Amino acid sequence: MKHKVATTVNGRRHEHEVEPRLLLVHHLRDNLGLTGTHIGCDTSQCGACTILVDGQAVKSCTMFAVQAEGRSLTTIEGMAKDGQLHPIQQAFWDEHGLQCGYCTPGFIMAAAYLLAQNPNPTEDEIRKGLEGNLCRCTGYVNIVKAVQTAAKTMGGAKVPADKRAAMTSGGE
Amino acid sequence: MAVSQLIGARVQRREDPRLITGHGHFTDDFTRVGVAHVAFVRSPHAHALIKKIDVTAASKADGVAAVYTARDFKGQLAGTLPALPVFVAVKKYVPEHFPIAEREACYQGEIVAVVVAETKAQAADAAELVDVEYQPIAAVMNVEKAAQPGSNKTHSDGPDNICWDLPFTGDEVSEAAFKAAEVVVKERIHQQRLTPTPMETRGVLADYEAYDKRLTMWMSTQNPHFIRLFVSGAMGLQESLVRVISADVGGGFGSKISPYPEDYLVPAVSRLLERPVKWIESRTESVQNAYAGRGQYYDVEVAAKKDGTLLGMRVTQYLDVGAYCAPFSAFQTVACLMAGGAYKWQGISSRTVGVLTNKVPTDPYRGAGRPEATHLVERMVDLVAHEIGMDPVAIRRKNFIQPKEFPFTQNFGLVVDSGDYEKTLNRALELAGYDQLRKQQTEGRKHGKYMGIGLSTWIELCGFGPSSATAPATGGIALSEAAQVRVMPTGSVIVYTGTHAHGQGHETTFSQIVADTLGVPMESVDLRHGDTGEGTAMGYGTAGSRSLSVGGVAISRASGKVVDKARKLAAHILEAAEEDIVFDQGKFHVKGSPDKSKTFGEVAFAAYGAGLPEGMEQGLEAVAYFDPPNLVWPFGAHVCVVEVDPETGAVEIQKYVAVDDCGNIINPTIVEGQIHGGVTQGIGQALFEEMIYDEESGQLKTGTLIDYSVPTANEIPNLITDNTVTPSPTNELGVKGIGEAGTIAASAAVINAISDALTPFGIKHVDMPASPNRLWAQIKEARK
Repeated sequence: MKHKVATTVNGRRHEHEVEPRLLLVHHLRDNLGLTGTHIGCDTSQCGACTILVDGQAVKSCTMFAVQAEGRSLTTIEGMAKDGQLHPIQQAFWDEHGLQCGYCTPGFIMAAAYLLAQNPNPTEDEIRKGLEGNLCRCTGYVNIVKAVQTAAKTMGGAKVPADKRAAMTSGGE
Repeated sequence: MAVSQLIGARVQRREDPRLITGHGHFTDDFTRVGVAHVAFVRSPHAHALIKKIDVTAASKADGVAAVYTARDFKGQLAGTLPALPVFVAVKKYVPEHFPIAEREACYQGEIVAVVVAETKAQAADAAELVDVEYQPIAAVMNVEKAAQPGSNKTHSDGPDNICWDLPFTGDEVSEAAFKAAEVVVKERIHQQRLTPTPMETRGVLADYEAYDKRLTMWMSTQNPHFIRLFVSGAMGLQESLVRVISADVGGGFGSKISPYPEDYLVPAVSRLLERPVKWIESRTESVQNAYAGRGQYYDVEVAAKKDGTLLGMRVTQYLDVGAYCAPFSAFQTVACLMAGGAYKWQGISSRTVGVLTNKVPTDPYRGAGRPEATHLVERMVDLVAHEIGMDPVAIRRKNFIQPKEFPFTQNFGLVVDSGDYEKTLNRALELAGYDQLRKQQTEGRKHGKYMGIGLSTWIELCGFGPSSATAPATGGIALSEAAQVRVMPTGSVIVYTGTHAHGQGHETTFSQIVADTLGVPMESVDLRHGDTGEGTAMGYGTAGSRSLSVGGVAISRASGKVVDKARKLAAHILEAAEEDIVFDQGKFHVKGSPDKSKTFGEVAFAAYGAGLPEGMEQGLEAVAYFDPPNLVWPFGAHVCVVEVDPETGAVEIQKYVAVDDCGNIINPTIVEGQIHGGVTQGIGQALFEEMIYDEESGQLKTGTLIDYSVPTANEIPNLITDNTVTPSPTNELGVKGIGEAGTIAASAAVINAISDALTPFGIKHVDMPASPNRLWAQIKEARK
């Protein structure tokens, strides 16, 4: 039996009928064609599928699609606006924070949530904050650097709370 | 040649915009209209006879298009998976390996049936309904036991478990050295099995078009041309009608070099079913079935004098081949040839034994053989230093091959092209603050702080390879590399290479070389790879840190040929003699009159027009092949500082310094990134990672990323890197490889540091992974 699920993804409303067992990550990739969200494990260890659900970082393999009913989702495809990279994306590029790029969307989304919660994190807070995401290429050195750079360009603690929410919720 | 502007510059990567915005093209991002999905039924037993397979229920399940067993592929796939006589002269016993088991499953995860359905979920559901009757038999899991005569057998019809057993040099070579010895140190050094864990697992989408016998495969591989060669051969297809497309590859680390069973079965299913089919490996499948790394142990003996002079070494490698001999498993015997490291020895004798077990096959994993060699020689040198009470720095300095001695022919006849080992060591010690660290250590020990300092003065050989050395590895084909440079009439450039990339940034680095050589803006150069349907006829992909020092040189040469033709044409246009034409900053001019010039783009346009010089054909493009005269020999010095908590066995890495020398550098940012990632994988092996099997049942106990621990951001320190530059004399770019360097160096530095930290307990040697439970137990035992 299929269930109706209506979500807002990157500011656009979508309605689909899905099997109740369909994972949110498969819904995003297979039904919505948003293939930027990647799958790297079967056990919610790797974080490659991290997206924002109502502004909160969630591994999209840990939710069923039907649980996203009525939620506002932001995927990696929703981060750049009007041809402008999000400061976190820009920082990953500037600091060589990626190599093969497979884990990168998940890291960028996890970093977005981290910086929304803590606009001025210490190195230690960044490392702990990204512990749920695995990268096999970079040794995390330049990922940490990229998040530090993004924190600076995003204005650190100076960004008002309402603006921070807007930056990460992906809503219009 | 134009003045170099881009070579050596920190150019931002060109591949990043698509990857940071979610627009990369990984294998699972591709599909075809009408695609069906494949699920594999795999043996849950490490060793079992297959008595009966009942597919009735599975065939009737929702959405199922077909269920196949081994018999269905007998007419589809010829021969067995390739197991080439690579790097060992003689193999005693190479079990046949058909991509799907018929009568006997020899490792947990070996494929026994194939289910195809309309959706991925339906295929997975139906795979559960395939009823296989197994008769489990004793699993051969322990390498040492498996090598004994009369052991249980990995394959019930095999003679024994010995895949190969041969010396590279006999015992007599080191005999004199051992006679002169004042000190002899012995140790058994383990290299645990690792699973490479690229973040993107493998996968294949295959579309066979029966009407013109054309096969297209989209897959995640380091080596598309190699896959095309073997799959076309096995399927009886014309090589030119098979196209392998490998766009973005989410990491490889060696595990995506060789063809796998699925790489044959998925296209064969497409041909059987006459529709496109797709299989994406799950992580659990990957941990269980990706060709594993390392899986060796070494019995090593070193003879030395009391003043620290190293004399001789005897080393025997026992290599856990797994259930079948994977194409490049025996490449790892190169550890025997590299066992002498950066030092001078009177004699080294080595022997390698390849042993079959009921586990997934081993194959190269980042560094392949060279991390093992570094680990063993760097450990042994520290053990000698400890034995004679010498500082680990001093013993290294005393035995290094000296800069004036290069090219240096080492004990196995390999010619080390260049080196300056003391220079990297000095720089690493300076960055680490070595003298201060030793003072801190002495002081700390008074207060129960167990700090340790570990060195790894590593060397490697890479850049495969000279055809003379590597042709045996490829069935006779030279492991050279090809490049094609095509200039469009309006001056933009397409460059094809037979190498590939899975994170190394070749679209950037190689474009830097071409743009500099042609004197054109980098934006006008498009680097293409990973598609056998266009570009070079052959290629050997990316492995063994070969892409720049072989593929990059081929690209440089093809670009040079283009400039040569353009210069002839420019001379014709400018009405001057060719030798009077100067090419500078992308412009051709006549010597002495720089105001009268033609840009590269103008000459390119003219090359497609009329009025060419007598005998010149239209067009501006060139092909070059590069077969290097030697391997290249990077080196470096790493310093690791740890503190071990004796109450918990936990290790904290307090500092890690890596000073490496890969010759001339095209893009320093990319080089640093390669070191960061390489070191982290070495730390992963040293501290965390291990494939653990139940010795009785053969079950893999670390089958997911829950149990198999790869390092997270919270476990890796900020790495301090630097370089020295000793250009390679082997190629005109003066470049060496850097992709594997960090991994080759790191495990030795970490384990030397831990062993150093535990000296007060009388502990001299620590095995990998140096997990808290292992160290805690070792400290507890030592305290008794």
